[in-house]
Amino acid sequence: MNPSTLDAGDRRAETVPAPTPSVSTGESRGCRDLPVLKERGQREVFCGLTGIIWLHRKMQDAFFLIVGSRTCAHLMQSAAGVMIFAEPRFGTAIIDERDLAGMADVHQELDKVVTRLLDRRPDIRTLFLVGSCPSEVIKLDLSRAAERLNGIHAPDCRVLAYSGSGIETTFTQGEDTCLQALVPKMPEAPDSPGTAVATPGAPVAPASLLVVGTMADVVEDQMRRIFDALGIGPVHFFPPRRSAELPPVGPGTRLLLAQPWINETIHALEKRGAERLHAPFPLGVEGTLAWFRAAAEAWGVDEARLMEATASGRERGARSLERHREVLAGKRIFFFPDSQLELPLARFLHRELGMVPVEVGMPYLHRAHMEQEMELLDGDFLDEGFVLSEGQDVDLQLDRCRAVRPDLTVCGLGLANPLEAMGLTTKWAIELVFTPIQGFDQAGDLAELFARPLRRHAALRSMPAMPVMPAMPAVPAMPAVPAMPPKEG
Amino acid sequence: MQLTIWTYEGPPHVGAMRVATGMKDVHYVLHAPQGDTYADLLFTMIERRDHRPPVTYTTFQAQDLGGDTAGMVKQSVRDAYERFRPQALLVGASCTAELIQDDPGGLAETLNLPVPVVPLELPSYQRKENWGASETFYQLLRAMALPHAPPPGTERLPVVERWQTEGRRPSCNLLGPTALGFRHRDDVIEVTRLLDAIGVDVSVVAPMTSSPADLARLGDADVNVVLYPEVGGQAATWLERTFRQPVVRTVPIGVGATRDFVREMAEVTGLDVDEALRIVETRLPSRMPWWSRSVDSTYLTDKRVFIFGDATHAVAAARVASEELGFQVVGLGCYNREFAREVRTAAKALGIEPLITDDYLEVEDAIREAAPELVLGTQMERHIAKRLGLFCTVISAPVHVQDFPARYSPQMGPEGANVIFDSWVHPLMMGLEEHLLGMFQDDFEFANDRGPSHLHAEAPAAPVLSMATEPEGANAGEGALRAAAVPAAAGAGPHASNQAPDPAGAQAAAASSAEAPGVGTAASAGAPSWTADAEQELKKIPFFVRGKVRRNTESFAAERGIPTITVDTMYDAKAHFGNR
Repeated sequence: MNPSTLDAGDRRAETVPAPTPSVSTGESRGCRDLPVLKERGQREVFCGLTGIIWLHRKMQDAFFLIVGSRTCAHLMQSAAGVMIFAEPRFGTAIIDERDLAGMADVHQELDKVVTRLLDRRPDIRTLFLVGSCPSEVIKLDLSRAAERLNGIHAPDCRVLAYSGSGIETTFTQGEDTCLQALVPKMPEAPDSPGTAVATPGAPVAPASLLVVGTMADVVEDQMRRIFDALGIGPVHFFPPRRSAELPPVGPGTRLLLAQPWINETIHALEKRGAERLHAPFPLGVEGTLAWFRAAAEAWGVDEARLMEATASGRERGARSLERHREVLAGKRIFFFPDSQLELPLARFLHRELGMVPVEVGMPYLHRAHMEQEMELLDGDFLDEGFVLSEGQDVDLQLDRCRAVRPDLTVCGLGLANPLEAMGLTTKWAIELVFTPIQGFDQAGDLAELFARPLRRHAALRSMPAMPVMPAMPAVPAMPAVPAMPPKEG
Repeated sequence: MQLTIWTYEGPPHVGAMRVATGMKDVHYVLHAPQGDTYADLLFTMIERRDHRPPVTYTTFQAQDLGGDTAGMVKQSVRDAYERFRPQALLVGASCTAELIQDDPGGLAETLNLPVPVVPLELPSYQRKENWGASETFYQLLRAMALPHAPPPGTERLPVVERWQTEGRRPSCNLLGPTALGFRHRDDVIEVTRLLDAIGVDVSVVAPMTSSPADLARLGDADVNVVLYPEVGGQAATWLERTFRQPVVRTVPIGVGATRDFVREMAEVTGLDVDEALRIVETRLPSRMPWWSRSVDSTYLTDKRVFIFGDATHAVAAARVASEELGFQVVGLGCYNREFAREVRTAAKALGIEPLITDDYLEVEDAIREAAPELVLGTQMERHIAKRLGLFCTVISAPVHVQDFPARYSPQMGPEGANVIFDSWVHPLMMGLEEHLLGMFQDDFEFANDRGPSHLHAEAPAAPVLSMATEPEGANAGEGALRAAAVPAAAGAGPHASNQAPDPAGAQAAAASSAEAPGVGTAASAGAPSWTADAEQELKKIPFFVRGKVRRNTESFAAERGIPTITVDTMYDAKAHFGNR
């Protein structure tokens, strides 16, 4: 499932030369020829359950029921940084010792929980049973449970299962496993051949475009306008805003990845005949243009029309980047692994804003989907000891970060304040997942996310350096009082 | 299997982390899958800690399960020791690792490290965060202090003789504060200041601020003070038994409890009780007694408060609310069952039913039914209150980032009482404002359904229910606010005696409960209907009592079989219920 799991070697860091890519495109030598530092130590990343935080907002008629432990529930209310005031469309069925000891039938217990839940929330159209580390370890078969519950609750509510467990998924991979579970339920594209079998070598003309990976609704709407201007369509987005309205898929479907963590879902869609268009991710002006170009080429739209349809977007995007370039150009940036966005972001920040990546860490490196990104991330900074790392040994990585003292460090919430306290400037990685950053009109917002911590650092320079928080502040001085005379008797 | 949306306590290993993170020179190796590292951000973000918690996670993945996860544990323990060089190591498992039964504690012991290795057995599927903190503190304390324990049967000098013969002031340890505790940082300062004033030194504060070596010398102090029984109580009992150290267990939250604490401490250490109390009153006076007695505070009389939190803070809050602010406690409960007895006793004294549950939904229903004017609770009750359009002040963990203020803000001791007065009274409608709203509710600027005017930023938003479970037509705020006054009488004069909620009222509450979706509409169909005039009259009542009036009037009508509520019915109900 996780490509990095293919590599079950020693836990110590090892340097593995990257395999030579089979296809060579363009003359620029990207970072794809770089050795990758593979590490297998402590990984300071979220598990796939965390994807629920945006998935439940995206698909507003879906409910995510984690079958797990108190830790899972605690993670969900802590990870997003804030709790949501309205009742969320997710919850946890906490396995307890009665379930483990076999005193209660786990499946019966689960049925009861689901019935209670659906009674409470009759508006739910899709219920996801989300597997966790404990449910995986005790081999609780949630697919079977989903089938059984589907028999009870369909057609009002469809019940599906996927795994968001930390032993199988890293943070954003939870979206991949969730979407993968939806693929078999997607209707056959109307103009596809009757059977869903794609015959290799027999090209099917593009019939529809499927954009895969959660983006903000507002970004989808922007992109749809550009696709319309290009005459590309019909365009569907996956996941859809309503889980009950799944887009169709078939041999005529072309796939564009909106997010780099969508991997297994692509394989599942390809099995249904869809074809992936090769493109970098739609971050920054350059990335977004290349992303649209991939679709334009598949639809036979000429370059002139592409440039015309994207002209205002490109112009606004470029303008919005200008003021941030002053702050960011020449600044050295270090990425701790978090969401899989690290490489596309480094490409954008380097090529469009002049930042200098010193380390780009990713939870895992999916070469096929990162090919265009690795080509674009050109090699002019390689001499500066640039590191592309996969996996993590957080203590060693912190050592490297301390040693190079980057101007900006992109990291998870657990590391940010400790790094700030060492005088480093940080950017929370999780914000990059929860903020609309794709497309021409978000390029400036994306740059702003990186410029803001640096501007803030500069603005606060007159304040004394942060005193390291004492474990306990000193007791306010009180004059010593002589001991009282002992009480009589 | 239990359906949970929000949880009051994390798993027990998070409790262990709170102990380790509060301490110095201790390191915790946690056998846990990838993802469990989220717990770090509780400390670095919510508490704004400038260091990572001293925790190393094995972060095993699926591919490791068929292989040598035991080897991963050993490697992690070895690496952690080499890198961090702690005085002692805690080694345990999180919920998933518990299932694969690697026995990380046992594995770590085989490494023969030159420091104590304390295995932690924290059953994740039975226990929770506070228990985990208490157990961790106790196990580490035992490991460090037992070698220094006197042989069983050894007599210990009485406290007075100990400090007098050694020519020093009496000394005590403060037990229970941890990382991520609600105001622990400031409570420790305040209690230390208080004890210093009466002539008692603080020897060790533990677990927060101490090292394993400090734990080894806990037995040296004359007395132990349990500030937070949830974490420190078990350790104090063990120290009492093993070192024969007396324990002061009064928790000094509020004016009365602070006096009781000083009295107990003086008695146990052999100090002059009256002199100690006099010193506190003259040198560290709290403003709370005068603030509460001053006439402006009359409007606080019988304000309905609902209290929920950990048992210690909930019980303390109930005392402060009823004895020091003149509130009426309409609900009291705790989420930690281990300490339910204390809450039951306190609730009984107040003549109310205790609510012992860790089910957030159950608490929400109870608050809805009790219709308080103020909720004193945790982060969870803050959410509930916001949803119901009620005001809330946080009095207990779990808390969020805003409950770690930059300023000095204890809950304990004289300054703690000042903080409590300000933070509990601040959200409420001011006295005169309340009257004016009652009299001139139609003023277009002095809008009736706004919050208190001094709180423009904090007034609860118009209540929004996320689910279609409210009875048709019932505004959530109204449904929630079952208070007892009709306009002109609002807030005036002493309130009438209390009565238990009548069955019809309880039924109405059940109908509006989120537990019964769809039922609400059906139930309200059988409830008395309102004439347009009566609805109009109801709207003239200030929003913060409107729900109470609606509820009372409906139950009055239901009891008497009145199918349609007119303006007269409303005033009949007012005369019947009085200011209740």
